[in-house]
Amino acid sequence: MDKHINALRTAFPYTIPILAGFSFIGIAYGMYVHALGFEPIYTFIMSFFIFAGSMEFVAATLLLGEFNPIYVLFLTLMLNGRHLFYGISMLERFKGTGKKKFYLIYGMCDESFVINSTATIPSNVDRGWFMFYVTLLNMFYWVSGAMIGSFIASIVSFDTKGLDFVMTALFVVIFLDQWMREDKHYSSLIGIGVSVLALIIFGPEYFTIPAMIIMLVILTPLRGHIENKKVVNER
Amino acid sequence: MTFTQEMITIGTVVLGTVITRFLPFIIFSADKPTPPYIQFLGNALPPAVFGLLVIYSLRDISFLSGSHGIPELISIGLIIIVHYWKKNMFLSIASGTICYMLIIQFISF
Repeated sequence: MDKHINALRTAFPYTIPILAGFSFIGIAYGMYVHALGFEPIYTFIMSFFIFAGSMEFVAATLLLGEFNPIYVLFLTLMLNGRHLFYGISMLERFKGTGKKKFYLIYGMCDESFVINSTATIPSNVDRGWFMFYVTLLNMFYWVSGAMIGSFIASIVSFDTKGLDFVMTALFVVIFLDQWMREDKHYSSLIGIGVSVLALIIFGPEYFTIPAMIIMLVILTPLRGHIENKKVVNER
Repeated sequence: MTFTQEMITIGTVVLGTVITRFLPFIIFSADKPTPPYIQFLGNALPPAVFGLLVIYSLRDISFLSGSHGIPELISIGLIIIVHYWKKNMFLSIASGTICYMLIIQFISF
């Protein structure tokens, strides 16, 4: 029991910024899903089982479109592809965590990845349980935030017209954060440029997958160039 | 969509997400180094995907009719200013969203 209290106590302070952020975006998500015309149970199912913030917003909009599971699967694989790289970076760190490893992988959202890959865990705290509680707390903040938002929206009625912009705002901020962190903006600019081009050519319904393929095609030959630039900057 | 189709759609998103999370642990072992091309994609792909998400969320704007995308552009401009100024994710999201809601609820185009 001490092991758990100890790990939880160490993990909690790391998650406080996430508590603030997830409550806010979670509440907005719950309201957003409600504004699209879905009951709280949809918010619960999506926030709990998908548990990948940006994909949940996209999933809610997919429910309004035509039924096409193959398209949905490809879109999810492409948009969540970054998780592959989180996984690769965590291969070493998740080693020896026993049965918890399954949950650590299942619940690894962007924020839990950042904390678990950067936190300095004191030697008297169980590493596996620390990462477990970081993951669990973050998941709890997100799901409860989303449910609160969903219930508020179904009880209090106010004009939610324009609330769907919260998704755009979230993506713009994620993009800006990345932009401010990077030395060279090749990938970010390719992401915007190729997407706009694909949108014009293929239209709003089907442009995402061609856009992803074109990005891979453009980025691959730039590999040496982008990597060299990085090396130069590090010196 | 029927209820069943909705659940299949959500289930497919869950499946896709679970695949992206578990696959590395299934194919790569921690003992062997990760192939350089995969490492390169790990660095280069996320920024491009973030750009795609921005455009995805704006895909239905029409610049030729309606409000011509002006409320979106103003709100994104505000997000950029607030974010560079305070670097606070929640403040940036909240100010952009409220700005957008105010514009489209109180100004008619």
